[in-house]
Amino acid sequence: MAHIELRNVTKTFGGKAALKNLDLEIADGQFFVLLGETGAGKTTTLRIVAGLEKPDDGTILIDGVDVGGWGAAERDVALVLQQYSLYPRYTVRENLEFPLKSKIRRVAPAEIQERVERVARTLRIEHLLERKTDRLSGGEMQRVSIGRAIVRKPRVFLMDEPLSALDAKLREALRTELKRLQITLGATFLFVTHDQVEAMSMGDRIGVLDRGRLVQVGTPSEIYARPTNTFVARSVGSPPMNLLDGAVRDGAAVTEAGFSLPISVASAHEGRPVTFGVRPEHLRLDPEAPAKARVHDIEDHGVEKIVTLATGDAFVRLTAPATQHPRIDESVGFSWNPEKIILFDRTSGRNLSAA
Amino acid sequence: MAAVQTTGERTLNKLAIVSVLIVTMIFLAPIYWIVSTSFKPRNLATTVPPTIVFTPEVSPFVKLMLKRSQLREQPTPEEYAAAPWWERLVFDGGEKVVRDGKGEVQLSGYPSRFLNSLIVAIISTVLAVSMGTFTAYGFSRFKVKGEDDWLFFILSTRMLPPVVVAIPMFLMYRTFGLNDTHIGLIILYTAFNLSFSVWLMKGFIDEIPKEYEEAALVDGYTRMEAFFKIVLPEAATGIAATAVFCFITAWNEYVFALIMTRRDAQTAPPFIPSQVGSGLPDWTVIAAGTFLFLLPVAIFTFLLRRHLLRGMSFGAIRK
Ligand SMILES: Nc1ncnc2c1ncn2[C@@H]1O[C@H](COP(=O)(O)OP(=O)(O)O)[C@@H](O)[C@H]1O
Ligand SMILES: [Mg+2]
Repeated sequence: MAHIELRNVTKTFGGKAALKNLDLEIADGQFFVLLGETGAGKTTTLRIVAGLEKPDDGTILIDGVDVGGWGAAERDVALVLQQYSLYPRYTVRENLEFPLKSKIRRVAPAEIQERVERVARTLRIEHLLERKTDRLSGGEMQRVSIGRAIVRKPRVFLMDEPLSALDAKLREALRTELKRLQITLGATFLFVTHDQVEAMSMGDRIGVLDRGRLVQVGTPSEIYARPTNTFVARSVGSPPMNLLDGAVRDGAAVTEAGFSLPISVASAHEGRPVTFGVRPEHLRLDPEAPAKARVHDIEDHGVEKIVTLATGDAFVRLTAPATQHPRIDESVGFSWNPEKIILFDRTSGRNLSAA
Repeated sequence: MAAVQTTGERTLNKLAIVSVLIVTMIFLAPIYWIVSTSFKPRNLATTVPPTIVFTPEVSPFVKLMLKRSQLREQPTPEEYAAAPWWERLVFDGGEKVVRDGKGEVQLSGYPSRFLNSLIVAIISTVLAVSMGTFTAYGFSRFKVKGEDDWLFFILSTRMLPPVVVAIPMFLMYRTFGLNDTHIGLIILYTAFNLSFSVWLMKGFIDEIPKEYEEAALVDGYTRMEAFFKIVLPEAATGIAATAVFCFITAWNEYVFALIMTRRDAQTAPPFIPSQVGSGLPDWTVIAAGTFLFLLPVAIFTFLLRRHLLRGMSFGAIRK
């Protein structure tokens, strides 16, 4: 198990920067999730840690040792990809044995057999051992891929969106399984995904990557409650945070959507153009409130409802308890929790309450 | 997908099958001609109209293999009776088998030419395909400075008709003493096939996800091990297809073989027609030589047919 550190890592492809001055630290035994959209540089980061790609600049440390000059084989990391991790000509067993048969490891045949079988048991793929991998379903394939990583007891697990090709139900099941596995193994994980639900539910810490820059690192609740900028605010949470342009006047938020509600933040930002961020759960329907809107849409999720309000030319989403029964096109009042309003700078998108 | 066919489509389908059959027959006619002639008695080879029904003979093949000369006097009945069956066949044709001082039977030029063809074609194919595969792998997986220019340059070696360089090649080979040597022809055919092999193999290797090897690298294998364990088996189809094409090219090559070889390293293609010139040609023997010459390519292609089919469609789907 290991501690991973990236210092000031930069990587460009043909003049286009994929990673810019990336600093990243992953503690021993931590489940670290790198969250970012397609093209953010997630795969590049993994490949750099694995030793498949050389950074243009910066250092990679594993357990405090600079591994910049080491090849992929020497780094002793395991890599699980979205696809193509398994050899189509091999059976499941042969795939699982493959990493153990490398010359640099020299595992005794009896131990290979034992380890393969133990892993197969752990992942519940024993019945598939003799099957060719091109005869597996997507979920089985990814189980085998994960198995191929864990037979080896590597120092770090690198996972590149291993679940994103699977259907929702399977994804959820494997998510739990993977997390449980990480806890039992006590292993260091660098897990990459574009799925915020995956990131929030699995990560001990999350790093949010935006076009090659790491914009925020923190626990899921930190990221959720205190996003450093509007990009992060939009990236996590479902339904997403409401972002409303406006300005602070006399201790109240005056939005361009045409309503005004009190806030309890420092008045230092009086008058300047800001964006107000508020999570749907911090808004509520309130007949007495001065802010009025029209009900645009209702999604009934059973325990709660997600209500979309139209106000001015903006939409505001809030969650309402199942006991409330707004109707579409009805005019309603709404208010928010003044404590929970986050102010972002309108032009840079930076969180003004933080720091 | 097997969709429901309308009557029109079915008729069209039948029409297509019939036309394919006709075209196939047209293409197979010369081959039939060669094969049937190689089993005919000499006097039936050139009849007009052609003889279709005849008792097949192996005498053309026997004659093809043996060095013969005209009989000046008929063999005595004792001689004839003592001769083995193949020698009798030669006697029947009005010729006798040439023997050396020790009475050993002399072979004709054909077996050695055939062997030369095999040696040159097989070795040059192995060389062209293996070097082509390595080169293609390099171009496919690594950043090569001026990659496109290199690839274009490699291809450009095929843009001139090869005959254009025949005279300079001949002079060069004479200087280096490579004329009429196996190694000379092997170098020539390897060079000739290499560009083709590189291009074809690059297409196939590009299709193999590089993730497979990278997984192997991460798992503790060297690049070489990953290449042999993962890439090569995946590229088998491409290698088979490339090998067949290279083999056919080398096997059939005529012009350079004619110019560069005289005897020791002469291959079958220039040898077979050279037999037409001496005296009244025995077409059955020439047909037998041609028929045997067709066999290796046919067998090779047949053995690799499954790979070839996949290889073809692989290439076709690609772009
Ligand atoms: N081998 C490569 N050659 C050129 N550009 C690349 C290469 N790999 C990645 N990139 C570029 O780098 C950026 C980051 O890519 P990647 O790390 O794959 O993103 P992600 O995995 O987050 O989707 C993208 O803009 C991508 O186009
Ligand atoms: Mg990616």
